[in-house]
Amino acid sequence: MISNGYRQARWLEPTVFELSRSGAVGVDFPELDPELEKSLKNAFKEIPEDLKRNDLGLPELSELEVVRHFTRLSQMNYGVNSGMYPLGSCTMKYNPAISEELVDDERITYIHPLQPLETIQGCLEIMWRLEQILKEITGMARFSFQPAAGAHGEFLGCLIIRAYHRDKGMLHKNVMIVPDSAHGTNPASAAMAGYEVRVVKSDKDGCVDIEMLEKIVDENVAGIMLTNPNTLGVFEKNIDKIVDIIHGVDGLLYYDGANLNALLGKVRPADMGFDIVHLNLHKTFSTPHGGGGPGSGPVGVVEKLVDYLPPPLVEYDEKEDIFYLDYNRPKSVGKIKMFYGNFSVLVKAYVYLLRIGGEGLVKVAETSVLASNYLLHKIRKLKGITLPYAPESPRKHEFVVSLSKLYKETGISAKDVAKRLLDYGYHAPTIYFPTIVEEAFMIEPTESESKKEIDNFYNVLSKIIEEAYEDPEKIKTAPHNTSVGRVDEFRASHPKTMIPSWRIYKTRERV
Amino acid sequence: MIHPYIGLTEEEVKLMLQEMGLDSIDKLFEDIPSRYFLKKSSKYSKPLSEWEVRTHIKNILSKNRVLFYGRLFIGGGVWPHVVPSIVRELLKRGEFYSSYTPYQPEVSQGVLQALFEYQSLMAELLDVEVVNASMYDWGTALGEAFRMAKRVTGRNKILYPHYISPERLEIAETYTEPSKIKLEEYAQNINDGRIDIGDLEEKIGEDVAAVYVEYPSYLGFIPLNIKKAGEIAHDHGALFIIGVDPTILGIFQSPGKLGADIVVGEGQPLGLPMNFGGPLLGIMGCRMDIKLIHQLPGRLIGMTSTIKGERAFTMILQAREQHIKREKATSNICTNQALCAIATAIYLSLLGKNGFKKLGEQILARTKYMMEQLSRIDGVEAPLFKTIHFKEFTYRVKGKNSSKVILEMMEKGIMAGICVGKWFKELGESILTCTTEVHSKEDIDHYVKSLREVLEK
Repeated sequence: MISNGYRQARWLEPTVFELSRSGAVGVDFPELDPELEKSLKNAFKEIPEDLKRNDLGLPELSELEVVRHFTRLSQMNYGVNSGMYPLGSCTMKYNPAISEELVDDERITYIHPLQPLETIQGCLEIMWRLEQILKEITGMARFSFQPAAGAHGEFLGCLIIRAYHRDKGMLHKNVMIVPDSAHGTNPASAAMAGYEVRVVKSDKDGCVDIEMLEKIVDENVAGIMLTNPNTLGVFEKNIDKIVDIIHGVDGLLYYDGANLNALLGKVRPADMGFDIVHLNLHKTFSTPHGGGGPGSGPVGVVEKLVDYLPPPLVEYDEKEDIFYLDYNRPKSVGKIKMFYGNFSVLVKAYVYLLRIGGEGLVKVAETSVLASNYLLHKIRKLKGITLPYAPESPRKHEFVVSLSKLYKETGISAKDVAKRLLDYGYHAPTIYFPTIVEEAFMIEPTESESKKEIDNFYNVLSKIIEEAYEDPEKIKTAPHNTSVGRVDEFRASHPKTMIPSWRIYKTRERV
Repeated sequence: MIHPYIGLTEEEVKLMLQEMGLDSIDKLFEDIPSRYFLKKSSKYSKPLSEWEVRTHIKNILSKNRVLFYGRLFIGGGVWPHVVPSIVRELLKRGEFYSSYTPYQPEVSQGVLQALFEYQSLMAELLDVEVVNASMYDWGTALGEAFRMAKRVTGRNKILYPHYISPERLEIAETYTEPSKIKLEEYAQNINDGRIDIGDLEEKIGEDVAAVYVEYPSYLGFIPLNIKKAGEIAHDHGALFIIGVDPTILGIFQSPGKLGADIVVGEGQPLGLPMNFGGPLLGIMGCRMDIKLIHQLPGRLIGMTSTIKGERAFTMILQAREQHIKREKATSNICTNQALCAIATAIYLSLLGKNGFKKLGEQILARTKYMMEQLSRIDGVEAPLFKTIHFKEFTYRVKGKNSSKVILEMMEKGIMAGICVGKWFKELGESILTCTTEVHSKEDIDHYVKSLREVLEK
């Protein structure tokens, strides 16, 4: 099998504005009781004319029209539930259905965050129990659940590093080290927290260049932000040296948990010497990405940093057998999110962790690493594909190959191959990242895929490479089997043709 | 170990290792120094079956105390609202929820168009041209708006109203402190909540990047001279930022017409359950001004065409974002609240212009009715601000401690509101309460009757 006969649904689905029919309604409200009606009249009388609204341009649709519209849109979207999604660095594993079902319980959906403590014991207990498991997995002392995403966690982590150094009187520390292969969020988060970013290059093995690190680390360095394994999927073999260098100037090590999947249950960030970690519950612990969010990026810290976590933390009073929220955190960096974070996402991660269990996590790490190396083993033999950096070293949960040879020989780029993969019913890998690899193709199969699926992905890729040498035009014009053909990205962002909303579309139409 | 969430069978593992010429998976971990390996694997639990997990979660949740419907009167940042059934039904489409950020637009038109529609529907509501594809919540959107104002104007000070949400203010402080933005409060009239124009004029100057107003205020009243605050801001070259609970916008004037340059707000009332405080939906938009748009954080979806000229949607202006600009990006935000934005798109499509106006009327009627009823009780001052309120208002009980009132109401099975005196000392023992379309007239009458009983005790 190579072709799975993929044809994505293709509706010429208008926008809700175009579907609007004057007078149609999608919801109804109870008729107002005469007394309420009277109150409404009283209220209306008080509103000054210039504060009344008379124009509202929302479309009008019936309930069924709305259902069909969004059902059709969903059919024009590809998710893990549709097929293999080997988007490197994103850990697109299966999202269990039971999690989706359990968070619809009204004892979650209809609970207000400011209810009296005795009415929210269940919610607090889930947070507390989840924290115990995350502590065990990472070796950290405490966690904050406020961050809504990985980048949000990085921002919090940087603020904690800053608060720690200020507390210790080290006000001069204003530099954050970030590898050239790091996710863009790392330098962006550090900058947001007030740091000057200093980039450390990768060595020939794709790891942090220790010689350079030694040179650029001075008294002003507050810390380093790292993933391990790094974005090439290579384990930072000199992590002990990095720890010594950074700790040597009283700096702290921040662990970006984007790649933790490879080490689950085997190696803990704390044992590698990291001081702060964020976890991407929407990657590693299987909560859905939702087309871009909501996620959750809890931040864990070692004992000496616990005081700086934002309020509140969930505490358990054993004597009274009651869970409570501790707001008394005078050294804290302050709140970074309303209430306690993305609670229903926490529940989903907790459900996943219980389902998979402690020993299951080890299997997750092992099978995700096996799947990745197995696929690499096959792919690296393909014509036009090379494996830059440490060719002898095994990869972890993901790997990055270069298609630059293919590009030179055929004119077919990583982007072209990515688009052609879509035609065969596969999502494309991450492309052009990390930037230290030319024509980068970053593949992460995850532990969810079967050998059969991985083999077929390989077969498809190998067929596309063949096409590249024989019939490149077919690839350059791909994709053909998707809802729409190749999108004009240039026009989309050009100031003269950019359409960020229906309003602007209408104005442009008039012009 | 065989597990439903793991794709490889034991047999397949063997075959794969064989093909690679390896005798065990351990070989793939040999590059990691052995001292890092855990001596014993994480033993927090054995894998539990689906049924066992279900039982466990349901049992923990039964420790939450759930009251009769219509007895929850708490707001303050998250509010009880009706979520039409089909919102969740449609969000449960796996093609939506199990997808990533739409990096490959050709297979992601569904999420892209839905987010474009969210941006467009929200733009209609707010009366601005550009709305991003979501921030985490109102509080973080506010922090980002303040940072954005500094980038746009090159100025360092933000003026915010006295009756701001204390939680949002704290988040904004955390967000702005590293970039040395100074936040300064301006006064509001204690009798009617109007912005103290004299105080604002005194504080504004060449160093002010933006003036911020909440609409309605954290305490539920509408600052009637809101437009004037915008004029003052603009007269001094500052931006005008309005923070909005969008449910008022069926009835009350749009932020766009009030002169807002940047609008932030909370989208949770539009199709999201309370969920113990999250996920929420941070609204953030601005006027179509290239100077503003280039500084706007977050993802933007645009309508464009395919190479062949068919309509299509894709992410636009990515050059502002962290994956391209790194430390020079407008923000670090990557993962956002996309699915929540889709929920809101569904919700707004369902309500339409008439439904949305009706929603406003339903809430306005109940707010007014509840204030009228409470004010008839001897010893109750309701509302504290003599002006228009929407959804929330404050009241005070003479000679009675507010937390005690809340406790005694709880004994009657009512969650009466939040004490706000600790943040706004001048209001004394006051309670912020909230009523929406989820409450029937009987629910409100029951609240009033119960409060009367509490006071008579």
